[in-house]
Amino acid sequence: MDNELTPRSDEFGLAKADQSKAPITNHESASFGKQLLGFWVTLRTMFKKVNTVQYPEVKEPTAPRFHGRHQLNRHPDGLEKCIGCELCAWACPADAIYVEGADNKEEERFSPGERYGKVYQINYLRCIFCGLCIEACPTRALTMTNEYELADDSRGKLIFEKDDLLGPLRAGMVPPPHPMYPNTDDSNYYKGEVTTSHPSQGIAKND
Amino acid sequence: MGLTMGLEEKLPSGFLLTTVEKLAGYMRKNSLWPATFGLACCAIEMMAAGAGRYDLARFGMEVFRASPRQADLMIVAGRVSNKMAPVLRQIYDQMAAPKWSIAMGACASSGGMFNNYAIVQGVDHIIPVDIYLPGCPPRPEMLMDAILKLHEQIGNEKLGANREKIIKEVEAAALAAKPTHQLKGLLA
Repeated sequence: MDNELTPRSDEFGLAKADQSKAPITNHESASFGKQLLGFWVTLRTMFKKVNTVQYPEVKEPTAPRFHGRHQLNRHPDGLEKCIGCELCAWACPADAIYVEGADNKEEERFSPGERYGKVYQINYLRCIFCGLCIEACPTRALTMTNEYELADDSRGKLIFEKDDLLGPLRAGMVPPPHPMYPNTDDSNYYKGEVTTSHPSQGIAKND
Repeated sequence: MGLTMGLEEKLPSGFLLTTVEKLAGYMRKNSLWPATFGLACCAIEMMAAGAGRYDLARFGMEVFRASPRQADLMIVAGRVSNKMAPVLRQIYDQMAAPKWSIAMGACASSGGMFNNYAIVQGVDHIIPVDIYLPGCPPRPEMLMDAILKLHEQIGNEKLGANREKIIKEVEAAALAAKPTHQLKGLLA
């Protein structure tokens, strides 16, 4: 009977195991040549290129599509691309984005078209940098930069406001609010037909 | 070293030299020993930061201590569940002062995308946090950036009577501040 609880017969017992004559290979001490071979690995590594990146001094560029801090982009004349539609906030799985839209007025215009993002906040403590907001944005207003040094010492400082997120004013851009390019509407902006600012829009930044 | 063993707390008030503070700060910030507190995927990045390519040993903190008694920095890496919270607090309490903590990653800083009943919405509900580090998970450079920012804080820390004064001020401000659970909007 196989399933009976009987002690194992002696020939498999531990007493036999002690006397087993299993051959032990490679028990003699390493020869001088073998030791030298070991040191050769050490020696060779000393002359290899060091793998460590000296981070704070040397900053290796990230992958080009690295998901870093967000940026709110501008049209070439300086008007904001954000239209306050809140699609980014709806797409966000972590509820990290808060947007309040408002109507553009003729005397105070921030973006081409009807609406602009009046309040725009991203809570970087919640953000998981997944990029779904970027995919959701219909005007390519929201994109991501490669900037990653975001650590700070309080929760409040890590909620970025619109001023922190807006892209810089480049040459030829006029800081909003200002009117649209003369004789254009918002579709001209989206087709890329507005390539610079007009003197009637204000004094452009030149550098 | 005597300076980090409580001697500075016994010095009389008004008799502190800024050079002593600077020296102690310099020594403290260059010999931080982190306690291992990896809870989730952030821990993988923390390990990567300790390994050869990023090499935390360059900042004198290559020894991740398994025992809280020998550690003075707690890197909370990952999401803290309600069940883990008392353990976290106990380990923090077991660490000898002076001690600091980094909330690494979105989950440890605020709960991240896990806004539910099981996850603590930020470890600052349980322990005082010195540096919040966003990212999901943050890359090792981001962790090192947070550590360097913490080093800067530690280097400027006061000692003795000045330190007590600052602690009192911070406590008064914390008591006067709105509780975290009453905050609305993105700060909630």
